[in-house]
Amino acid sequence: MQNIMTDVEDGTHEVVSFKLGDQDFCIEIGLVREIRGWTPTTVIPHSQDYIKGIINLRGSVVAVVDLAARLGLGVTVPSPRHVIIIVSLGKQTVGLLAEVVSDILTVTPDMVKSVPDQIADQARDFITCILTFPNGLILRGLDLSHVLPDIEVSPA
Amino acid sequence: MAGLDELRLTFFQECEDLLDRLGDGLRELSAPDSTHEIETVHAVFRAVHSIKGGAAAFGLDALVEFAHRFETVLDGMRSERLAISDALLGVLLRAGDVLADLVAAAREGDEPPFERSSRLAAELDSLVDQSGGDTTSEEITFEPLTISFEPLADLTFDQPVGESPDDDRCRIELSLKGDFYELGHEPAGLIRALQKICHTEVQADLTQIVPLASFDPHNPMLRWNLLLADEPDRDTLSTVFEFVEDCAEIRVMTPIQVPDGSKSATDELRLSNPSEQLPILQTFQPETAQNLGLKASPGLSVPKPSAAENVHSLPTPATIRVNLDRVDRLINLIGELVIMEAMLSQVIASAGLQSNTEAASGLDRIRQLAGEIQESVMAIRAQPLRPVFQRMERIMRDVTEATGKNARLVTVGESTEVDKTVIERLVDPLTHMIRNSVDHGLEDADTRKAVGKPALGTITLSAAHRSGRVIIEVSDDGGGINRSKVRDIAESKGLIPAGTSLSPQEIDNLLFLPGFSSKTEVSSISGRGVGLDVVRREIQTLGGRVSIASVEGAGTTFTIALPLTLAVLEGMILEFGGETMVLPLSSIVETLSPASANIHTLGRSGRVMSNRGELIPIIDLTEVFNLPRQHADDQCGVLIVVEAETGSRAALAVDLIRDQRQVVIKSIEDNYGAVPGISAATILGDGRVALILDPEEVVNFSRADQQQVSLQRKG
Repeated sequence: MQNIMTDVEDGTHEVVSFKLGDQDFCIEIGLVREIRGWTPTTVIPHSQDYIKGIINLRGSVVAVVDLAARLGLGVTVPSPRHVIIIVSLGKQTVGLLAEVVSDILTVTPDMVKSVPDQIADQARDFITCILTFPNGLILRGLDLSHVLPDIEVSPA
Repeated sequence: MAGLDELRLTFFQECEDLLDRLGDGLRELSAPDSTHEIETVHAVFRAVHSIKGGAAAFGLDALVEFAHRFETVLDGMRSERLAISDALLGVLLRAGDVLADLVAAAREGDEPPFERSSRLAAELDSLVDQSGGDTTSEEITFEPLTISFEPLADLTFDQPVGESPDDDRCRIELSLKGDFYELGHEPAGLIRALQKICHTEVQADLTQIVPLASFDPHNPMLRWNLLLADEPDRDTLSTVFEFVEDCAEIRVMTPIQVPDGSKSATDELRLSNPSEQLPILQTFQPETAQNLGLKASPGLSVPKPSAAENVHSLPTPATIRVNLDRVDRLINLIGELVIMEAMLSQVIASAGLQSNTEAASGLDRIRQLAGEIQESVMAIRAQPLRPVFQRMERIMRDVTEATGKNARLVTVGESTEVDKTVIERLVDPLTHMIRNSVDHGLEDADTRKAVGKPALGTITLSAAHRSGRVIIEVSDDGGGINRSKVRDIAESKGLIPAGTSLSPQEIDNLLFLPGFSSKTEVSSISGRGVGLDVVRREIQTLGGRVSIASVEGAGTTFTIALPLTLAVLEGMILEFGGETMVLPLSSIVETLSPASANIHTLGRSGRVMSNRGELIPIIDLTEVFNLPRQHADDQCGVLIVVEAETGSRAALAVDLIRDQRQVVIKSIEDNYGAVPGISAATILGDGRVALILDPEEVVNFSRADQQQVSLQRKG
């Protein structure tokens, strides 16, 4: 359940938090390669609606996932103030389209709560844990391996 | 175990090099104008010997056994017990093939090809028997070497030098260089080997020994004087020191029979050839020998053979093995540099700077440099075609053996360099073409004689760079294409309607049609149900084209034109549905404006174009890729006729053609996955990604579901 949270010695770790709509999400900082401004993408024909297209990341071609659409929160209409968070998981590098990156936060083990089972929602599949902060902030920890496009997909 | 695996890997990598050297040497020997240089024989011998040594270390018995027999024959040649003849070289060439097979089998862990290797082993053995059964080298057995740390009791270390060299004994001074021990050599082993040959007295020369405090393990100071009871055979001597030549200084001094006036005062001890690399003391004069001591003056040592003498040793330029990923990363970075440069020049242009400003000229220089760097990096990936051509010689031997036709392969331009990935994928098509040329191209011996050609057929395999492409030609001096026969076959197989009027070129090209096999009886060589259509498809996937030219009675030439690299592609930049995509130029037959084309509607949405009597289906790319239509009417800007590998044609409708240029190919499968109809992506000058169309897939898709307006959606 906490597989994305790799602990350092005292169990604390850092996460990057960002907003999708009015909800706050976070991912493990170690997975984030860089954060860049929105650049127009090249549309991939016949792709899922949550694939915004592909961009040029210093010579390699990287797909951009519309996180909001992926989580069922509605398709994002990107604007220059949107950001693309470049993450790598294993050999795959993918851009995540988010509204805005809020902060980098340190998380202690006691903040990590499991997701209540009662929630039945598309987003439930992608959230591994919930982080609660003393100031009332709640972060939803994303499971990247579910969010990224499946590269095993063969041509239709 | 990991270490052993690594060693194993290194061994097989070395084997490849050694097999190359073996092949080079054998080819040099079998060249018609060969002078049968003894040094070449030595080079071949060393290659086989090194393979044997390595194989023994890994317990590859089949390989060791075969290499040993091979080596025995070569040893016979070396010592001139065996005369070099064409028949002998033929056996050696085939033995080289088997050795390569055995190495490959050992690498893959497969069953070695026993049947073939034992057949050749027998042939090799019979060669040795002919040579008079001299089996000195047979005694060389490879026993596991145990390295003991016990004092060398069996070696007599006499008192340190001081004693003058014995007048009638052959003396060897052995001093070791730094890497002697690093390479895992052991002086005791050498000395024991010498003692097996004849009684050897060993004197350790301790004069150079330094105090332990200043001992430098990389600079061994212990030397030996070896006094041999009788003068050993020079070949034997060179066998002992063969592997340490480079890391030890070995001076051989023989006593001179001065009284014999007929002999020159200096006795030359030369091992059988000058470049055997034993630095040899040529002059040893008794009267000065007394004073020499062991600190032989530098003037006494003979310099290593000069470059001129070395002319026959095979050149091995210094190389490094680099992971291909690293080179690719460099290529990516340079691509990025080019794009950044394009962006910068746009900024400068929009800032209103004149083109003669320093900024603009600096930018120009950067562009040039980036171009040069790109070229150099591509050159790193490029490799000579030599290994492929060498494999073809082997194929040639196999084919001539199987067909009984007498033919030789002439290769030209084997140093032509092509991208590594291209080289790897050339082997299959070329193999097929060589087989085809021998089997179908060359006439049998009687027919050849009847038309006054030499009985020995010639297949020429040549490569050259021409206008940014690599041209590879396979030509034979056979009878040429029998066009009326080809036509009959094509008609009888229903490949073309009877009575079609065809130009000679068109008839020749029928050979590339799937299902065409002109040989009435299926032969085991080229008639395997695959024809030249497979060759053409292979070449086309490499972005190349195959053409054929034939002169009746004089032969047939197949020409393959290939791009220099698979990393770059010449393409047309198209726009449709608001997107920019790239179409590989190699697939384009022609472009037409729809106004001049004769367009007919078939059914609800199908459209065809009639062009010079041919009906070509029109594929609207905007529709295929489900993109928003930019124009209200159905009218498209340009029709591009493409030819699929199967030979079927289609016209792609696009909005406009923007440019034609070279683009760098980027994989989208690594980070995203396969996209139907798209082969890869590229990055345009403005930094945007553009998709590269796969015309083949586009055409096949629209044929597969003609009823459907677009491709099935993914997922």
